[in-house]
Amino acid sequence: MANSYRDTFTGPHLLGIAGLNRLEVDSLLDRTADFMVLNRQRNKHSDVLGGQTLINLFFEPSTRTQGSFELAGKRLGADVINMAIKSSSVAKGETLIDTAVTLNAMHPDLLVVRHSASGAAELLSQKVDCAVINAGDGSHEHPTQALLDAFTLRAHFGDLAGLRIAICGDVVHSRVARSDITLLTLLGAEVRLCAPPTLLPGSAREWGVQVFYNMGEALDGCDVVMVLRLQRERMTSACVPSTREYFRYYGLDRAKLSAAKESALVMHPGPMNRGVEIDSEIADDPNISLITEQVESGVALRMAVLAALAEGRT
Amino acid sequence: MTARKANSVLITGARVMDPASGRDEITDVLIENGQISALGAGVQSKGVEKINASGLILAPGLIDVLVKTGEPGAEQRETLRSAGNAAAAGGVTTLIISPQSTPAIDDPAMVDFIMRRGRERAVVHIIPAGGLTPGLAGNGLAEIGLMQEAGAVLFSNGDKAIGNTAIMRNVLVYAHGMNALVSNRPVEPDLGINGVMNGGDFASRLGLGGIPAVAERIMVERDIALAETYGARILIDQLSTGAALDAVRRAKARGVQVYCSTSIHHLTLNELDVGDYRTFARLSPPLRTEEDRNALIVGLKDGTIDAIVSGHDPRPAEEKRLPFAQSSPGAVGLETLLSGALSLVHNGDASLLNILRALTKGPAKMLGLPSGKIAPGAVADLVLFDLDKPWVCDANKLRSKSKNTPFDGRRMQGRAVMTFVGGHCVFNAQDRV
Repeated sequence: MANSYRDTFTGPHLLGIAGLNRLEVDSLLDRTADFMVLNRQRNKHSDVLGGQTLINLFFEPSTRTQGSFELAGKRLGADVINMAIKSSSVAKGETLIDTAVTLNAMHPDLLVVRHSASGAAELLSQKVDCAVINAGDGSHEHPTQALLDAFTLRAHFGDLAGLRIAICGDVVHSRVARSDITLLTLLGAEVRLCAPPTLLPGSAREWGVQVFYNMGEALDGCDVVMVLRLQRERMTSACVPSTREYFRYYGLDRAKLSAAKESALVMHPGPMNRGVEIDSEIADDPNISLITEQVESGVALRMAVLAALAEGRT
Repeated sequence: MTARKANSVLITGARVMDPASGRDEITDVLIENGQISALGAGVQSKGVEKINASGLILAPGLIDVLVKTGEPGAEQRETLRSAGNAAAAGGVTTLIISPQSTPAIDDPAMVDFIMRRGRERAVVHIIPAGGLTPGLAGNGLAEIGLMQEAGAVLFSNGDKAIGNTAIMRNVLVYAHGMNALVSNRPVEPDLGINGVMNGGDFASRLGLGGIPAVAERIMVERDIALAETYGARILIDQLSTGAALDAVRRAKARGVQVYCSTSIHHLTLNELDVGDYRTFARLSPPLRTEEDRNALIVGLKDGTIDAIVSGHDPRPAEEKRLPFAQSSPGAVGLETLLSGALSLVHNGDASLLNILRALTKGPAKMLGLPSGKIAPGAVADLVLFDLDKPWVCDANKLRSKSKNTPFDGRRMQGRAVMTFVGGHCVFNAQDRV
């Protein structure tokens, strides 16, 4: 089926949204649509990656991203192994390179990597012969999350151009936010950020977005509200006083959502802190929440990425 | 002049001085339903009580920023009730309460407690300042948003400066996002950690540890740099040195949103008042040199200083009858704030409008309070005072529960005659001689 795509994305790696052009993004999203169909069939198997090896190299714990990549690889017929490595034992760049050299000797074809250090995926890609997919590097990028968000939105709105999208929460520490901001603006959406100033980069206004400290103003007229996870350690680092104050001013509930369009939809990259950044009433409302659709899109999107990278290597 | 709890009062013949409007004229003021309803010569209203105030000055009630009481936690020092009585006797109609109590005012429930307690017990307006950090420990971030919603109008760490710059930066930008005003006490905490008075020759001769002036300047420069970088507003709480004042003046000229206050003691006394180890003159920040005092006077006149405060910090005898270095710093000041400021007028240091601006309009403006002015529709928080009345400050006659004033025994000139809060007369000098 691969030959039918106007395939412009061929890798050699997927390290971030920055560096992708519009055609590459569109080709990945088009491909994702086909895998969505495949994933809803009883027989979900394809042989696109038959005989190839995929290594999931996770230096940070992950449930859904790792599972999503594993499933994507297996459905495409690859041999998949998961390597979970405690980041504490590989804290330094030297050791990361050692790990890369070791893995490279096993001749994998695809290497999915998550690491707590920004730039780790980039560094690995310089040291191995296979395709590297960044599954999240520090506070830098999480490209497959942004692509699956864009796919989910495209499925609902057709076109992202002109959509008003608010990204709310811990932007400064979020790789998801950076990738989403880059991708959504590339696709023509109007992106707004809303958080207490302690959770926003000082230079956020230079990112081509509007910055708000008040949810009512930020959500005004929005088509989509993306909520980011608030890490508990933000409380001890004096970024946020308490979960109750955070929820009062930034937790997405019906009252705050009422400032957005009546048809507004809500997204969250997961895992959620209910009652902190999002009210259960919103998270569980199937008419508003796209959260489970994001997860479904995630598997198909990752299949599309793996397939495109594998093709690019032949 | 016998008005007491009257709702409608006509004050006639007073020299009305209102820095907010620049008004300075002899005219009549009508108070109805707690508000100033009319201004002007010959205002008439039938059946209202009249107060002949000719020869007296009518000004907005004073607003005192960051007052300590002992409530809760140290009621032997002062309660909200006793502080309110002292304030009323000094023409002070609004107290911004320091969060430095036990427990500290660091969550919305405590803000609510102080406001309710103030309404029940005090004859003047009691408005709490919220803590910036939990327990005022200087770490973490207190619930600034929720406290502001509960009624706090200012956020402070008491007299404990926030030394950690990363915490201060976060506190400042977070509060900025909430449109809340942050104040910090300007002292670099590690410098002069064992200091008990102004660092310098006099301290050396007395054999006392000093808090050097540069400790204040460093903190002021740091906080200004943060406010400037992040576009936030900051109040420098109780500035005491000329060098730090210069830093504020320069920052204001650059457009930085910085405010500063100084205490009446720092405007009227200097380090020599410590004399032979007088613990009543042990203050925080310490009394500085005469050059510093003169610089503060200039700052008051040119508008660099936004607010004169009492620095009210009641300490009973058991905390003061001790060797100097073991005594607690602090002085009461609510009842002597106005008279102390008037002494600056009498000795030619400042004009009446200079001092009234920094006691009414200045603090009201930076805190966003609706009071601090005499205008139709404004709340009737007023002080009627005799500019020339001579009296001797006797600490034992002060209404505060603690009597620690460095003005004890001093000859003063000028004193409050009547004080109105929300149109009610809460102090009348004739009631008690």
